[in-house]
Amino acid sequence: MIGTNVIYLAAGLMFLAFATLSACDKANAKRWGNAAFYALIAVSLLFGDRIGNLGNGVLVLGLVAIAGSGAMGKGTPLTTSQDERAAESARRGNRLFLPALIIPTVALAGTFLFKAVPGLIDPKQTTLVALTLGTLIALATCYAWLKPRAATPFEEGRRVMDGVSWAAILPQMLASLGAVFALAGVGDVVGGIAQSAIPQGSVIGAVIAYGLGMALFTMVMGNAFAAFPVMAGAIGIPLLVHNYGGDPAIVAALGMLAGFCGTLMTPMAANFNLVPAALLELRDKNAVIKAQVATALPLLVVNIVFLYVFAFVL
Amino acid sequence: MLVLAGILVIVAGFLLRFNPLLVVAASALVTGLAAGLDPLAILAAFGKAFNDNRYVTVIYIVLPVIGLLERHGLQQRARDLIAQLRGATVGRLLLAYLVFRQITAALGLVSIAGHAQTVRPLVAPMAEAAADVQDPDRDKNDERVPAMAAATDNIGLFFGEDIFIAIGSILLMKGVLEGYGIIVQPLQLSVWAIPTAIAALLIHGTRLILFDRRFRR
Repeated sequence: MIGTNVIYLAAGLMFLAFATLSACDKANAKRWGNAAFYALIAVSLLFGDRIGNLGNGVLVLGLVAIAGSGAMGKGTPLTTSQDERAAESARRGNRLFLPALIIPTVALAGTFLFKAVPGLIDPKQTTLVALTLGTLIALATCYAWLKPRAATPFEEGRRVMDGVSWAAILPQMLASLGAVFALAGVGDVVGGIAQSAIPQGSVIGAVIAYGLGMALFTMVMGNAFAAFPVMAGAIGIPLLVHNYGGDPAIVAALGMLAGFCGTLMTPMAANFNLVPAALLELRDKNAVIKAQVATALPLLVVNIVFLYVFAFVL
Repeated sequence: MLVLAGILVIVAGFLLRFNPLLVVAASALVTGLAAGLDPLAILAAFGKAFNDNRYVTVIYIVLPVIGLLERHGLQQRARDLIAQLRGATVGRLLLAYLVFRQITAALGLVSIAGHAQTVRPLVAPMAEAAADVQDPDRDKNDERVPAMAAATDNIGLFFGEDIFIAIGSILLMKGVLEGYGIIVQPLQLSVWAIPTAIAALLIHGTRLILFDRRFRR
């Protein structure tokens, strides 16, 4: 069955290419740092299931040591100048969009088609398989049309990747931190604090504590998925549903959405907030968060009001 | 209470601008030790979770295609297309993208767009081109336009995807409620995401229209 095996193989080989090209980049004084970092990601993707939990832990320590010691720099892959790009853009016209549109089109078609052929694709991974397939088709199209040298797409990919640098694995690191928090029982402690902050017998107080608690704990964890079981267990289920008779579907859905407002306001949600700033080469790493706060705060208030009105007034 | 020390490490680490990977590793160590875990057990738990979450890092697989197309002028093409379009403004462009992202995410099509796939190669350069047309003398170092493009992608995704019944957050809520003996159908949860989706469109859409005023000559 096609699933993570194929996806991780493709991604692992790509990072191996990034590592090799980084190692050969003599103009980058920190080339060995970049090469080692990408090589470790490749090892994780290709052999992560075979090196054991402790092996993966040691691998993470290696990644942290490379990034934390400032051993990574920006490579200098040969690319085209702004003038060359403008000239080629004018010559090739809007056809340049086609390969870029292959990826979403295949992702879209694959999501539906794979369901029609059960057993071939792991049903849990259809989206990622379709995305990988779309990328491979787009890459093949680019080779046939633009006729680059074999290594050129990976040199160009490395150029973008070096801009993201160590931030690339920050989302994966934060997800792992969440697992350690869960193991240590952080959620139970936070839930206890949230419960003790509610005035006795106040429905609206409990609603506000639940909504704000979801947003704040999501900001700490970087992920509403980690905050939801904690806040549901501390306030949502025992107080809002059992004591005050709120509809559990409303309490759950709007609590989660209040959490999403928190996701918009925290650097801990690195894949949504920090990685795009790196991808767009912004100097202010918090520029995306700053652009989101003025939407997130009013929307948080709206979610709390909706929760109160839908569950307890209507 | 001691296990909350890890949260303090995170907050202090980010404020003092240490490398975030170091901060996360330190926080995991402090949290684990505070809970009385053996250092090797912490390392193994972290390693296992890191391995389980590899799918988060797979998105970079699109970079060779995006990088190669950039080499051949994709961003310039995106700019030229918008510059030719009469009546295109940053606000209207991003509002259209917000609606597109919310609707497709609500249909479960969350991966057809994103920061690597669409924002960097297409949406951000288009937004910058529109701003340049609106105000040719604008500050070229102003990062608010690309930042707003990324923000619009996030907001469209977050407040669209929960309407889809088979998205991770809906399945998580169903699972957690089941743990308390409450059975709900995914559709019961997802319909309650619709009012918030509309509110997100109204709030962020208004901000985008107001955003245009910054670029009026």
